[in-house]
Amino acid sequence: MSDTENKSLGYYLRTHIREYGMVVALVAILAFFQVVTDGIMLKPVNLTNLFLQNSYIIIMAVGMLLVIVGGHIDLSVGSVVGFIGALAAVMIVHWDLPTVFVVPACLVVGAIIGAAQGYWVAYWRIPSFIVTLAGMLVFKGLTLALLGGASVGPFPPEFQAMSSGFLPDFFGGLIEGRFNVFSMTLGVALTALLPILGMRSRAKQAKFAAVDEPMAVFVTQHAVAGLAILFVTYLLSTYRGLPNILIIMAVLIAIFTFVTNSTTLGRRIYALGGNEKAAKLSGINTKRLTFFTFANMGMLAALAGLVFAARLNTATPKAGLAFELDVIAAVFIGGASMSGGVGKVIGAVVGALIMGVMNNGMSIVGVGIDWQQVIKGLVLLAAVIFDVYNKNKA
Amino acid sequence: MDTILEMKNITKTFPGVKALDDVSLKVERGEIHALCGENGAGKSTLMKVLSGVYPHGTYEGDILYDGGVQEFKDIRSSEERGIIIIHQELALVPLLSIAENIFLGNENSENGIVNWPATFARTGELLSKVGLKENPATLVTNIGVGKQQLVEIAKALSKKVKLLILDEPTASLQENDSQKLLDLLLEFKAQGITSILISHKLNEINRVADRITVIRDGKAISTLDARGGQITEDDIVKDMVGRDMAHRYPERTPNISKDKLMEVRNWSATHPLHPERKVVDNVSIDVAAGEVVGIAGLMGAGRTELAMSIFGKSYGTEISGEVLINGKPADVSTVEKAIAAGLAYVTEDRKEMGLILDESITTNITLANLGGVSERGVLNDGAERSVAEEYREKINIRTPNVAQKVVNLSGGNQQKVVLSKWLFAGPEVLILDEPTRGIDVGAKYEIYTIINQLAADGKGVIMISSEMPELLGMCDRIYVMNEGEIKGQLAAKDASQEAIMRMILKA
Repeated sequence: MSDTENKSLGYYLRTHIREYGMVVALVAILAFFQVVTDGIMLKPVNLTNLFLQNSYIIIMAVGMLLVIVGGHIDLSVGSVVGFIGALAAVMIVHWDLPTVFVVPACLVVGAIIGAAQGYWVAYWRIPSFIVTLAGMLVFKGLTLALLGGASVGPFPPEFQAMSSGFLPDFFGGLIEGRFNVFSMTLGVALTALLPILGMRSRAKQAKFAAVDEPMAVFVTQHAVAGLAILFVTYLLSTYRGLPNILIIMAVLIAIFTFVTNSTTLGRRIYALGGNEKAAKLSGINTKRLTFFTFANMGMLAALAGLVFAARLNTATPKAGLAFELDVIAAVFIGGASMSGGVGKVIGAVVGALIMGVMNNGMSIVGVGIDWQQVIKGLVLLAAVIFDVYNKNKA
Repeated sequence: MDTILEMKNITKTFPGVKALDDVSLKVERGEIHALCGENGAGKSTLMKVLSGVYPHGTYEGDILYDGGVQEFKDIRSSEERGIIIIHQELALVPLLSIAENIFLGNENSENGIVNWPATFARTGELLSKVGLKENPATLVTNIGVGKQQLVEIAKALSKKVKLLILDEPTASLQENDSQKLLDLLLEFKAQGITSILISHKLNEINRVADRITVIRDGKAISTLDARGGQITEDDIVKDMVGRDMAHRYPERTPNISKDKLMEVRNWSATHPLHPERKVVDNVSIDVAAGEVVGIAGLMGAGRTELAMSIFGKSYGTEISGEVLINGKPADVSTVEKAIAAGLAYVTEDRKEMGLILDESITTNITLANLGGVSERGVLNDGAERSVAEEYREKINIRTPNVAQKVVNLSGGNQQKVVLSKWLFAGPEVLILDEPTRGIDVGAKYEIYTIINQLAADGKGVIMISSEMPELLGMCDRIYVMNEGEIKGQLAAKDASQEAIMRMILKA
């Protein structure tokens, strides 16, 4: 292999085929449903719904990615979603506690739940599959106990705003009609910001060594991402503006992308999943890291629980049922490896979106829930087969 | 003597690489034929072509075996003709018994029902043939690597072997186990079994081989006749590396400081699962700046356990004793603290414990010192890259790109990555556990040069090795360890293989 070949565009694309393949698949699926639904798919109202419907899965996928990269799995997240929703409902509806207190309290409870499970996994080396399977049963039971088998609701508007609210238009009246100028401005600002950040990081890298990523890839990537952001924000702005939950998700995705790509904490989690013994012998506190990934997962599951309860405006005993499967599927569709050490936050998010778009699209077309399951299952399998095929070819 | 095997003009290409280029190999019936070459020279590829791992049609050339052209389509078809290959990585199932392993896939059964009495009886016969005194019902995980190797050979014998291929059979064996295995090969020869032996250990090859074929860069360089006894190790090395190698160990003028850099006093550790077994027993060792100190001993002597228990209590329980660095007590209770105290430990098993194979060279090099390439927990990509580039040049890691995954590197280059990782952590004392295991002659020389450079820079080096010539060639002082205790120490000028063995056996 020559030096020049290594730096060439083709080589770069070949080694990053999985990442771009995912995005291409998402776009292809979107385009497919856009055609077969006669354009309903990308209607502003449907797009808004798409984000609202999948927000809790995406929020959890981000946390699950860390758990899976660390070489573990968390099966309890669906039950934790239900439990936290129930807890929030009991605190707000029965005890009349204010939302500003309940939300942080529930997040703390979620973190404690995650930490409690992580403790056994990290410090006692009990397989995470078993610990979180137990957690799944425990919290499903506690949800029922808390709710007494009945639904509890409704929530006050300020709680609902978390998931069904929209960013108000601070420039209201600038443009008549229903166009949200503030949301659009945010979208434009983000579109401008991303390439600036990207260029800065390239410049920083160039100071020390040659930049890996070919310029052509950088430009295309940012052009496509920028257009996509502009397109989506434009569509959303013509409806009611950016949903609050989309902002929460965007912030989470940004934080976790940064943590996994650019911090020592993230690097250590990848090292832990890649080879635990080597990580340990390199001075990395592997137990504390494992513990952290579970506590973090618990907190994000709690956030998802709050969002889900707010969206339904009631806590039901069935909330969160089988969510863990969707979350885990999203992470694996997103390219994470079962054995740990491999996976990207943005991959998990795209994985969740692929699942979400398919759910949404198939529902519009009128595919029954039965066949939806079959198709989603096959997509998951196909994605992983694609991974393995690529790995073997390399 | 007639020819049992003739491989004619074999060419095998992988995408972008010609792994074998017009290689011909002739093996006579009843001989032990050695195959030598550096890592990546093509030895294993050639054997995979022979055994059908790469089926007929994926290579060019002909295989003439036992009187006819063979077109093996998988391992099974070559095994049916009596060609059995024993791979470097043993293919045994640890939690099955010896008997079950030997007859795995070849069960002594009728209508799918296993005849256990017959299986155990036959296993007993086979084990006595290879000289292994173990109960056939013993689980493979409970016997040592040396014995596992013998089980593999017994498994081969169960299949009516005509041509036995051993790929680095002694790589993970101790001196005495290796000797036993070689004796066994000679015995098989007497029984008329032909063997092909792939090995890096030239003294072993010289001892048992009748003829030696040297492969370099995918080409057969020469076939030497070793029966006369005129072939020296240097002859083989010359053909292997394509140049003269006057000295197997680089020259060095020791510059040893008088003060002790690190002292370990009365160090003990017990087995994590068997609390009654003291694996390290009251060991005291020291190393000075600029000194290379060896620890010799047989497998199971407790050398790795000693090193790992010192390095952040990574092995064992009930660890007691004292570590002093520059005369002051050092806290080495966790790996993090041990690194901070100035220690580094290069593991004996680099794939299992030293590297993250699926990650890049860069990621691996900075792993033990992420603080050195980050600020307030945020990594600096550029700094990381420049560190990796620096070590690629300094240590001569052969790769076009430091973003390359280490899994794609050869053993020698992988070891250089591990060394780079620890050098970047900036240690005062380096404990190197089998630093040249499984790497070829040329790369070994480079590793030795790095070790000497470390000593010249005023570091203390402790080197654990099972290859006695290596210790003799490299060390200023050698501790001899056996059964968890230090049995004594020898200065370089007084040391010899015999002296070390005597010390071990003194007990």
